[in-house]
Parts: sequence; structure tokens; C-alpha cells
Amino acid sequence: MNFDLNKTQQLLQESARTFFTRECPITKVREIMESEKGHDSELWNGIAEQGWTGLPLPEEFDGLGLSYVDLAAVSEEMGRACVPSAFLATSWASALITASGNSDLKSKLLPKLGLGESIATVALQEDGSNWNSSTIQMKAKATDSGVTLSGTKRLVMDAAVANTILVVARQGDNLIVAVVDPSTEGLEITPTEGMDLTRQFYQLNFNNVAGEVLASGEAAESALKKSIQTGIIITCADMLGGMDWVLKTTVEYAQSRQQFGKPIGSYQAVQHQCADMLLLTESSRSATYYAAWALNEGNDEADQAINITKAYCSEAARVIGNCGIQIHGGIGFTWEHDLHLYYKRAKSNELMFGDPTHHREQLAKLIVGE
Amino acid sequence: MDLNLTESEQQFRDELRAWLKENLPNVSNSRSDIDYWKKLRDWQNTLYKGGWAGITWPKDFGGRGSTPIEAAIYTEEMAAFDAPERVGVIGEGLVGPTIMAEGNDEQKDYFLPRILDGSNIWCQGFSEPNSGSDVASLATKAIREGDEFVVNGQKIWTSFAAVSDWCLLLVRTDNDAPKHKGISALLVDMKSEGVSVRPLKQMSGDSAFNEMFFTNVRVPAKNLIGALNDGWRITITMLMNERTNLGPATYIQFKKALAELIETMKNKTSGGKRLIDDPINRQKIAQIQIELEIFKLTSNRALSKITNNAVPGPEGSILKIFWSELNQRLVQAAMEILSDEAQLQEFENGAWSYRYLRSRGNTIEAGTSEIQRNIVAMRVLGLPRSY
Repeated sequence: MNFDLNKTQQLLQESARTFFTRECPITKVREIMESEKGHDSELWNGIAEQGWTGLPLPEEFDGLGLSYVDLAAVSEEMGRACVPSAFLATSWASALITASGNSDLKSKLLPKLGLGESIATVALQEDGSNWNSSTIQMKAKATDSGVTLSGTKRLVMDAAVANTILVVARQGDNLIVAVVDPSTEGLEITPTEGMDLTRQFYQLNFNNVAGEVLASGEAAESALKKSIQTGIIITCADMLGGMDWVLKTTVEYAQSRQQFGKPIGSYQAVQHQCADMLLLTESSRSATYYAAWALNEGNDEADQAINITKAYCSEAARVIGNCGIQIHGGIGFTWEHDLHLYYKRAKSNELMFGDPTHHREQLAKLIVGE
Repeated sequence: MDLNLTESEQQFRDELRAWLKENLPNVSNSRSDIDYWKKLRDWQNTLYKGGWAGITWPKDFGGRGSTPIEAAIYTEEMAAFDAPERVGVIGEGLVGPTIMAEGNDEQKDYFLPRILDGSNIWCQGFSEPNSGSDVASLATKAIREGDEFVVNGQKIWTSFAAVSDWCLLLVRTDNDAPKHKGISALLVDMKSEGVSVRPLKQMSGDSAFNEMFFTNVRVPAKNLIGALNDGWRITITMLMNERTNLGPATYIQFKKALAELIETMKNKTSGGKRLIDDPINRQKIAQIQIELEIFKLTSNRALSKITNNAVPGPEGSILKIFWSELNQRLVQAAMEILSDEAQLQEFENGAWSYRYLRSRGNTIEAGTSEIQRNIVAMRVLGLPRSY
């Protein structure tokens, strides 16, 4: 039994860390988040050139065919640098296409997505929906070439820069996933600013918008589930990187900031919070990489591992953010300090793909058997 | 990264399971059984004869040279099979390794085989009424007289003292040196004149711990282990071992407790509804499951680190904090879910009320949560000493 990343994975992670330190320092993060669409093409192309947009995609579609552990290793570094990008949106969409079983659309869409030449996103959430697919109610009507969609989707990441939008809807009783070109007539895309300034959310209004069916029924359900699991790996690894940044930044601060003639890190109230931050970070690390490994193995433990890591990391990231700001005192509460960027990212990550309450209920179903 | 057991690890587990199926005795877990301690000694002897005692010891000293992962599998399987308590746990886990590292040939030849075969049960005499977290401030004195040390003092919180044959005793041998530099470790025969033991009753009703009184106890000078006044160094090693060894069996015990709870929840109702159907109860047990599984994963990571590097990583230092506080949350969740009746002795034989009360000691024993956090902060995070 070996829990460590292998040599190649360690190098991958180190190169990602070097890349983001160079290409996306925190000044760049602030620049991108102030921009209209929160997207930097140069950065995106850089990420694509490294091969990361195609990291988990099958080699037959120009992907690198690497594992979820590799994906987690790179995502952790994105979280550490708080990188604003369409990576999560595109990766979720790519995973949905890959899992759909639709060979035509896979061949058509995946290569460009893998190479980073195309950006995609998934439109899932609606007014009154939650992360259980049964709550998705947007109507899809059958046509000769596919479906037309009417209704409103919310919290769609990076819609304004996407070339492809995957819409989850319902045709009769069946869940379906439809592929929509954002420039299609009848589709209105409106930015909706959220708390996390590094993530762009949009509201999409569909008025009889034409779409091609990617998957329907059981195939749609299982592809959606699989894609969300991929998204969860990325999100948890992102939280892990962010947590580690907050922990290290806070410990450094506690070592240097002096009050009452001593570094504040010599006071136990501060030390104990730091120790707790370490405990939460290391526990999150165990959970995230285990889930990535289990998902890769495709074993029975994967579903449970995913629920576990999403619930745990979400709360850990929040608590660590709280301790980080608390220990920094007044300065930690300023806009100028970088802590709030990570704090807000942790919040949107907490909610993405289901919050702890949602995942605990899913987990309860698994362990109780009903 | 591969979390599957290797082929040799699986073989180890299969071999152990097969042996346990054949050799597991029927020993009730009741310390009030008069033959309890004899049965435990016999079990230690059975383990020894089967080649399953002191498995992590080098083969030269009678062990199997087992890896940390194999040791974890061993404790897991023992817990899974509800094997009797291992009365040799202090001898095998703390005293034996110390004798191997610090002892002379005479000590190794005499004591090591007797630890393995169950003839000697060991306890450790560390804490005192005035020296708990600050163990280095201990005051039990040992004064050299000819070829003996004369020991006077008192120890507290000693597990197994009432049934032990030998004690690894920390004593002060130099009153003028700074406190850490005046400590020695002595191997003391518990049958020596002047040694008395008094059980300490815990709020949970049992007496797992004892007080030991030493009145002019004469200990042969040759029973000094390691150099005179070098005892603190030996102590630190033993304390670290104490903290990392508990993981795998603890996980299994907690898992069983959670499984019991879920079973009870399926059968018990409140207001006409099964406890298992209440969404709030489901949230609570799911949270316990989350922490339980993460505890196991972090335990495995710590073992993996030790196996790969031989130097523990930060995972190990947080494990004790994690499991002790998890257990307290587990038992509290159970009490909340099971509600009024759970406090009664007749409910499930008092299992939950015992667990609830016993868990209160978890964050205090084997290094308090406060001390553990101080250690993590200072040694792992590099923050300045606060005291």
C-alpha cells in the first residue's frame, strides 16, 4: 500500500506549481477578476499548451489519458494560485461528453476541448433545483434534428466565453443532455456576479433554443453523475491547494507578526488554531487523493469516497479560511490582503456540486442501504 | 499511488486470518472474570507459539520483521476478530524496542523472550500526581547505594500495574541537573519489597488505571536501562511510539460501534418514525462515517510515509487528536440519536453510556489534546515555544 504520488506525478505537480507561480501570480488573479469576462486567453492557452485541458481525456480523442490522481495534482496547484479560468467548467463538460457514450459527438467535440481550442460549460441549475437530478425540470421538446429548449438556467460557469454549452433538461420523464451553440437564436446570456470573484456565473434564458441530444434517459443520468464526480475531484483538489496556501501564509504571519514583545505564533490560542488548520488540511489531502484513486480504480468505494471528500473538504476549507483571517487580525479583513480571494473561492467550492448536507445524505443512503 | 494491498501484504493477512480462525480462544472481555489475566497470558503464549507475537521485532529477537503496514493489518485483524486484549502490548510495543535499542546483552537475553512468550507482563511508570503533561518534572527518586538503587515515590495512571511482573520506571537520579537531564530508566521487578499497587476507578466505572507506590524499593543497579541520567531521550521515543500505535485497531472498534448504532436505528422508533429515517439523524451518522474513513486514510498515509521514508510525516502527529475527538463526537451523536433511554444501564447492556463516559478520557490520556496541538505547532509548523 503506497499513498504517495509517484515520481512522474510529483514532477507534474511541481511543474504545475512553477507554471502558475510564473503565469498567474496573485496580481494577475486580481487583474483577471476585474476583467469583464474573468477570462485571460493567454493564460488559457498556456494551460492548454501544458496539456492540462486534455489531461483526463482519452488518448483516442487527443487527450493525455492520465488518471484522476494526476488531475487532482494539477488542480491542487490551480487552487493554490487561486487561478480564475474556465478549467472547471470545461473539464466538467468534457467529462460529461466522455461519459455520454455518444461516439459521434465525442469525436466531434472532445479533440478541440482537449487541446484547449474550445471552451465548454454545463448548464444544470434552475430556480428550485438542487444537485439531485430529479429536481431538473427545464422542458425539452423533440424536433427532427434534436430538441428545443425553453426555460432558465442559473449559475452557469463561464457561459460568456464558452463555445459549447451542455444543457441538462427533461424530455417527458427522461433526463437529457443537449449540446447548444451559444450563438443560437433564442439564447440570452446574462452575467450574475457572485461572492467568488474568481468564478464567473451566468443566467441563461432559453426561448425555443435548438440543441442536439448528447444523451438521454439512463445514459444521461449516469454520464451526469460521472461528470459531477470528475468535477468534485477538481473542486476538492482546488480547495486543498487553497487551504494549504492559507495555512502556510497564516503560519508565516504568526511567526513574524509581533505583539506584546513576541511573535503571535508563540501564544497557544494562535498555535492551536494553526494545529487545527494543519489537521484539516492533511485530512482533506487524505480524502481527496483517495477519492481520485478510487474513482480511477472504478471500485465500489468510489461513490462513498466522493461524498466523503466533498463534504469534508468543503467544511475544512471554510474553517481554515476563518482561522486564517482570524489570526491575521484586522489586516486579514481587508480587500487589499489576498485572504478574501481564497475565502470566497472556498465558499463557491463548498456549494459547487452539492454542499456538505447534500453529500451527507447521499452518504447516509450508501451506508444505511436505504 | 496504490492503495491496494500488495501481494505479500495480502498473503500476510490471509495467513493471519487462517491462524486466528484456528486459534482464537473464548475469552470474555470481562476483567471481573477471576481467570481473566491468566487467560490473557495464555493467549500471549499461544500467539508466541504461533509466531504471531512481537511481529515487528527483528527476526534475531524472535519477531517476524513485519513492516508498518503489516503491523497495521495485524491490529486490524485482531480487532475484527474480537481477539482478546493483548496483555503483552506494553512489553511488545514500548519496553521491548527500548531494551533492543538501549539494553545490554544480559538484559536482552533475559527480558526479550519473556516479553514474547507471556511470562512477563510489563507496565510503564511515567506519570505522577504532580507530573502529568510535564512528565519531565517527575520526582520519584532513585539513590545509588552500593550495587543497588533505592527508589521512593509514586506513579499514577499506570495501565496493567495490578497484574504486571515488571515495570519500566522513570526515576530522578540527579536532583541538581536541569529536569530533563536528571532522569533515568529502571527495570523494576513488581514483586520487589516496597512496591504496592492501588487500582484507580474511572468515571466510566472501570479501573483500567492504577497508582503505584514505591517505598525504599531496592533495584539492582544492573537494571538501569541506557546510561545514567539519559532517561529522557528514551522516554521521548517511547511516548512517540505510544501515540502512533493505536490507529488501526481504533478504527475497527469505531466502525463496529457505528454499525451497531445503525442497526439500532433501524429497529428503534421515536414518535412512530424509525430513527434511521430521520434526516437529522442521517446527517449525524454520515458525518461520523466521513471522519471515520478519513481517520483510516490518514493512518494509512502515515504508515505509507514511514514505510517509504522511515521518517514520519505530519500525518502521524495529528492522528491522536483526530481519533480521540472523533470518538467523543461519535458517542455524543449516538446519545443524541438514541436519546432518553441511552442513559440507562439496561439499554444495550449499558454499552453506549459506558462508551460515552470512557471517551471523556480519550483527549486526556496518551498526551492531552492541548499538548498534541502544542507539539504540532512547534515541531511540525515551526512556531515558537509557548512555554
